[in-house]
Amino acid sequence: MKVNGVSHPAPTDPRRLLSDHLRHDLGLTGTHVGCEHGVCGCCTVLLDGAPVRSCLMLAVQAERHEVTTIEGLARDQAPLHPVQQAFHECHGLQCGFCTPGFVMSVVGLLAQHPSPSAQEIEEGIAGNLCRCTGYASIRRSVLRAAALSSPLVGKRRDGAE
Amino acid sequence: MTTRWFGAPVQRVEDDRLLRGHGRFTDDIGEDALECCFVRSPYAHARIITSIDAAAARAMPGVVAVYTAADLPFGGVDLPLLIPHPNLTHGRTQRCLASDIVRYSGEAVAFVVAENRYLAEDAAELVQVEYEPLPVVITPEVAARAEHLVHSDVPGNIAAEMLQEVGDVDAAMAAAPRRKRLRFRYERGAASPMEARAVWARWSSDEHRLTVYDSTQSPTSIRGGLAVLFSLPESSVDVIAPDVGGGFGPKIMLFYPDELLVPYAAMQLGRPVKWTEDRQEHFTAVNQERGQVHEVEVGFDDEGRLLALQDDFLHDGGAYTPYGIILPIITSAQVPGPYRIPNYRVRFRDLYTNAVPTSPYRGAGRPHACFVMERTLDAIAADLGIDRIEVRRRNLIQAGDFPYDVGVAWQDGNTVVYDSGNYPVLLDKAIALLGPKPAGDHVGMGIGIYVEGTGVGPYEGAHVQVLVSGKVVAATGIPNQGQAHATVWAQVVADELGVDVKDVEITSGDTRRFPWGVGTFASRGAVTAGNAMHVAARMVADKARQIAADHLEADPADLELAGGRVRVKGSPDRGMPLGAVAVLSNPVRYAFGGGTEAATQFAAKPRPGPPLQDGEQPGLEATGYYSPPGSTWASGCHAAYVRVDPKTFRLEILKYVVVHDCGRVINPLVLQGQIEGGVAQGIAGAFYERLAYDEDGQLRNASFMEFLMPYATEIPAIEIDHIETPSPLNPLGVKGAGEAGVIPVGAVIGSAIEEALGVPITEMPLSPLKLYELSRAHPT
Repeated sequence: MKVNGVSHPAPTDPRRLLSDHLRHDLGLTGTHVGCEHGVCGCCTVLLDGAPVRSCLMLAVQAERHEVTTIEGLARDQAPLHPVQQAFHECHGLQCGFCTPGFVMSVVGLLAQHPSPSAQEIEEGIAGNLCRCTGYASIRRSVLRAAALSSPLVGKRRDGAE
Repeated sequence: MTTRWFGAPVQRVEDDRLLRGHGRFTDDIGEDALECCFVRSPYAHARIITSIDAAAARAMPGVVAVYTAADLPFGGVDLPLLIPHPNLTHGRTQRCLASDIVRYSGEAVAFVVAENRYLAEDAAELVQVEYEPLPVVITPEVAARAEHLVHSDVPGNIAAEMLQEVGDVDAAMAAAPRRKRLRFRYERGAASPMEARAVWARWSSDEHRLTVYDSTQSPTSIRGGLAVLFSLPESSVDVIAPDVGGGFGPKIMLFYPDELLVPYAAMQLGRPVKWTEDRQEHFTAVNQERGQVHEVEVGFDDEGRLLALQDDFLHDGGAYTPYGIILPIITSAQVPGPYRIPNYRVRFRDLYTNAVPTSPYRGAGRPHACFVMERTLDAIAADLGIDRIEVRRRNLIQAGDFPYDVGVAWQDGNTVVYDSGNYPVLLDKAIALLGPKPAGDHVGMGIGIYVEGTGVGPYEGAHVQVLVSGKVVAATGIPNQGQAHATVWAQVVADELGVDVKDVEITSGDTRRFPWGVGTFASRGAVTAGNAMHVAARMVADKARQIAADHLEADPADLELAGGRVRVKGSPDRGMPLGAVAVLSNPVRYAFGGGTEAATQFAAKPRPGPPLQDGEQPGLEATGYYSPPGSTWASGCHAAYVRVDPKTFRLEILKYVVVHDCGRVINPLVLQGQIEGGVAQGIAGAFYERLAYDEDGQLRNASFMEFLMPYATEIPAIEIDHIETPSPLNPLGVKGAGEAGVIPVGAVIGSAIEEALGVPITEMPLSPLKLYELSRAHPT
């Protein structure tokens, strides 16, 4: 299994959840576990680029797939990924527990809809629970992320610098 | 004081690591800790009829220990009653592990420690416990009938009873031109932070030192309790609340059994031990709140003015009363809200039921109090055919009435005295913001005004230090669960010390850095710890001026702190960096870098005598405390338009507005987030979330599949406006804001739905099914 571009040996325990494998075997504790029954979305990671619940998958099911976790979006001291940056600018997080799941869902959403409509934003984040923000700032974050991700950012629309 | 940072929408300093996945929540701490699983009672009330048989579990490979009450030196000790009160005549607390009677489904019976969680869960299933079910008491009405008892030695299931009266209610009621009797019912709710609870502990026999990470709202209290339990000096116990994934009240409760068992197991086994709660456990073993039934009688005149109010209510205390009777005391105090009620009598009975104990959940006794008062005013308006807004306007306490003494007991031992506010302006602004009613059928308007006693004592403290680098570190005892403490307190400290907010690093909730304090609850962080930061930072600033004055040959009063320097007012070139002052504050024999050669014995001396003179202490640092003389009273008005589909009873919130007053605002960005989140939690509790206990005391929807916590699709955008009536009680003029958003939402949604559907709304929560039933019972 490849995680954030690095190959790892297959997990040995067939019962091991992907979420537990990422957190406790690989030390990638940015993926959080909020319910372990696939409702809250805190454990969302990308599997071959698409958001999945890592608590609803066994680690062995991720073999021969590419997993991206929150730690894989912006390495170490590198600038934040546009989605992360947008959440910061728009106060899209409070306690930060649901945040990695939301960020991964939004990365998935923007890959599919680079300029999402209000409806697409609503649907794109409707699989993640947040108890702190009331979602308003998260909606603002998605719009900002779309703007930051756009190739036009920093340029005028006619393409001139 | 400069106001460069205070009041500015400073972006949060804590975001970066949380966004990168580098947060550090308790379950993220590994270090090969052993992992645990509880065996919990499946019955809400039962007698354990044989001794618990853990032999098979103990024999399972990978299992390290199984503890029952009989295995614990403290197994026969009742857990502490946290807040005793003279009226709590029959307080009862549970034991760490039950060995005789279990009184709620989910009560802990045994504790398994294994090499990992998977094995611990397997082993927990092998623990044999034989139960004889006993009659179950669920709901406060059933408890009040006392056909069965939760505790055989508590007559009537009554833990406490309390009666308070202001004025002469009987006389005023008898003389009132109009009277009305009303009944209101509010069910339990669950705080449900996204991070469930977790505890990690390590015992170092070499250092004789216990280290505990706990997702608690009160690490200082946990530390005190563990020191007492294990007969250790407090200085040998470190308790850290690292990143905590939401609290909302139930994490202020202590002690949950794991908070004792995990440290105990770590000490016994000589290895780190960790327990992480799963979501189902969180539903059944973590405190809840809000179950109350109110019988109200109100007397009023023909203009709708309140003359007398009597409220007799039952409070669902749950199976034990570890938190005392704080909740019904708060409700009793907060029913009058922003209104003048010349004659007020309130009585409550705090009743035992066979359900998990109750303790504060965001709003803590207030949403139900607000619901009672606001629904009563709506009923008066309907009775008289007067507009609901007008009835409120006629009864509001006026801007000139402060301080306003309500005359009933408050949760800090004082009586309720509102410090400041301007309720008529709140109402006017909310109505203006709400605008005209949208067209269409089944549209209703709701309104609610509330006050909130915030910032209760006894105290908090802070330590502020300027490093030789010029950077500032500061710490306080109370932990953070997402309220942006590290940002807002940096703003307070930066203003006093004249530094950039990014140069102030805040640590909260770590007893190694600050061992004293109480906890994060009652919307008190900004008031108590915020003012303590202000006090400590001001002491540091005074010290910096004193030290720099000697070196700059200036009067301390002529010096100011700005731009990271101490400088002469009007001559900014005459000054020195704050870091250099930190160097000079600590006379050294050996220069160890960082410019410390300036403080060695052969460096220029600005004054004769010993380097440290009588009363002086080394280091550019100070510890300050703030102890509030009374609560600060925040307030607000919410209003909404809703539409209810008459066939599906789906709720659509067309517009929701909030006008809020929490005194001076430290950070409007953070405040907006607190309010938006609070309103969302209020909407959740008003229409979506319901704890479905059956007659056997089983919670039938203990999962996020069936307990309908709203997603973004259920929560509308919210429009917010503010007024600022500074609190006269503290130097910063602030009031608390954390819980405000949630308080009036049930009243507002209930009022709006009543108008939209034309059915009486007297209970919370509602749901499409409940509205369907009400529509059948009250055909238009």
